[in-house]
Amino acid sequence: MASSSSSSSEGEGRRAWVPLASRPEFAGVTPLPQDDGPSPVVAIAYRDDFRETMDYFRSLYSSRELSPRSLLLTSLAISVNPANYTVWHFRRQVLEALGADLTEELEFTEGVAKRNAKNYQLWHHRRWVAEKLGPDAASRELEFTRKIFCLDAKNYHAWSHRQWVLQALGGWEDELDYCAQLLKEDVFNHSAWNQRYFVITKSPSLGGLNAMRDSEVDYAIEAIHANPENESPWRYLRGLYNDENEAWLNDSRVHSACLHVLKAKRNFKFALSTLLDLLGLGFKPNQEIKDAITSLRTSDSGEAGSDSDLANSVCSILGREDPMRANYWTWRSSKLPQAAEV
Amino acid sequence: MGELAGDKHVKYILSVEKKKDNLLGKLDTVDSDEVVSWILQCQHESGGFGGNIGHDPHLLYTLSAVQVLALFDKLDVLDINKVTNYIRALQNEDGSFSGHIWGEVDTRFSYCAICCLAILKRLDSINVEKAVRYIVSCKTLDGGFGCTPGAESHAGQIFCCVGALAITGSLHHIDKDLLGWWLCERQVKSGGLNGRPEKLSDVCYSWWVLSSLIMIDRVHWIDKEKLIKFILDCQDTENGGISDRPDDAVDIFHTYFGVAGLSLLEYPGLKATDPAYALPVDVVNRIFFGRCST
Repeated sequence: MASSSSSSSEGEGRRAWVPLASRPEFAGVTPLPQDDGPSPVVAIAYRDDFRETMDYFRSLYSSRELSPRSLLLTSLAISVNPANYTVWHFRRQVLEALGADLTEELEFTEGVAKRNAKNYQLWHHRRWVAEKLGPDAASRELEFTRKIFCLDAKNYHAWSHRQWVLQALGGWEDELDYCAQLLKEDVFNHSAWNQRYFVITKSPSLGGLNAMRDSEVDYAIEAIHANPENESPWRYLRGLYNDENEAWLNDSRVHSACLHVLKAKRNFKFALSTLLDLLGLGFKPNQEIKDAITSLRTSDSGEAGSDSDLANSVCSILGREDPMRANYWTWRSSKLPQAAEV
Repeated sequence: MGELAGDKHVKYILSVEKKKDNLLGKLDTVDSDEVVSWILQCQHESGGFGGNIGHDPHLLYTLSAVQVLALFDKLDVLDINKVTNYIRALQNEDGSFSGHIWGEVDTRFSYCAICCLAILKRLDSINVEKAVRYIVSCKTLDGGFGCTPGAESHAGQIFCCVGALAITGSLHHIDKDLLGWWLCERQVKSGGLNGRPEKLSDVCYSWWVLSSLIMIDRVHWIDKEKLIKFILDCQDTENGGISDRPDDAVDIFHTYFGVAGLSLLEYPGLKATDPAYALPVDVVNRIFFGRCST
């Protein structure tokens, strides 16, 4: 009789409201009004459909009726307030009591997601359903989050769910390719970069960060060349080296990439700040890099002779290019190691 | 630049009958007995609080209830043991916290639990070491924190993690320079702050980002004047209230965070706010240095 399909609840808000009191499926239910006490502090002006739905919900909830009409009522209650976690929890109790088909429940959540894909309760519920369905649900969950990402590729809840699916249910095989696809669509998508890092560090089939580092450095640098103003691949590149400062210093691809950006004289903020990091770790720049930095200076005061002068130059260029963070770049220059006497 | 239309905001807040207006120094416009009585009606037999009467208890609302009671200096109405027991039961084996008994895990709940228990002076009732270890496991490649291990850095989650680490005396786990830089990079051309790279600025990040920067002692890395201007531009100076960005509709959430952000920026006429507890400094002082609770 009552189904958990999305169509009835989704349509409710748009069709004319039929009072529950005149619906045969709710015959015999005595609505239970909200008790705000004699002088309510937060007297909210509820809409009629909201008030009636919640009065009926309260009734079935307090009598613990775990029936098909209770399931329908939770659909209605969710459509008027999808954030009511008590309703969602009751719905789970009803689903269990009825031995309901949970694949239909997935459709219900997809209907809710269409109206608000950033609702915490929805995602928690979806996880509960997927967990019950087990590893067979993996591909459907990945497909579901993929659909969400088509509308909002940075939906934080969806990424969290997707990470949980991969770790709990599997499906890693195509994940790196999926990240590449998303980054092709929007190379500024930081969530996709984060997911890429997640995959290369946690996928059971790729060998881990050390095995993947080399190819990933090339991948990041390619993105940097295309858009040097993109914060993400710079952070990703740094993250590939984690705490391995020696390896970071000695990978010539890194400072070559910085040099390449500096020579173009545009969008060089992250290139410069990366060089600053390297200089701080003892990097000895070649003449080409020194010249590239010098050519970005606007004043001729002081020669970029020693490395500490060079690093100070970098800081003052950055302070000029990124005045909003002038205090940060000033602080960076105060932290520079003192140069040895030349 | 414009000014803070404080009186208009008070009027707006009272029009939606919300309680968090202490920063404007107008707490006495609300009847504290009524509020306290209503809050207690939201308490469940488990000791936790729901969002409204008859709602199941949840860590989020338990923290809110305790914070509001602290604002009104009415913490003594609580059975501290009961609330403590509710919270400690939500700590999981790995140190994380669930938001409610049905298991949703998120570093937001670590913050709620730790902040709440600290206000109640019962932090020792949970396994703090494990709680800290879990939070640290949520650190990301750019020095920030996500909702669970592996999740992307997000300014809201960062506030929760940094706040929890601050309250438990564990800020040494943070690379403050790296995180400070990530946080100050949230400031965009308009002077507003976003929550993640390449996202839109939003007034609420004036709280999440700013409080985090203050806790790690790096707030001077953003351009304060530009941020103040951004927040003031988000005001509705006719009818009161603050919105997420200029010219959008106002709501109580952004009104709170806009005012709180201005307080952190030491805007004149506002009370000082504690960045970890999200309460006025005088309230925090009263909790920890005032008369002892029974």
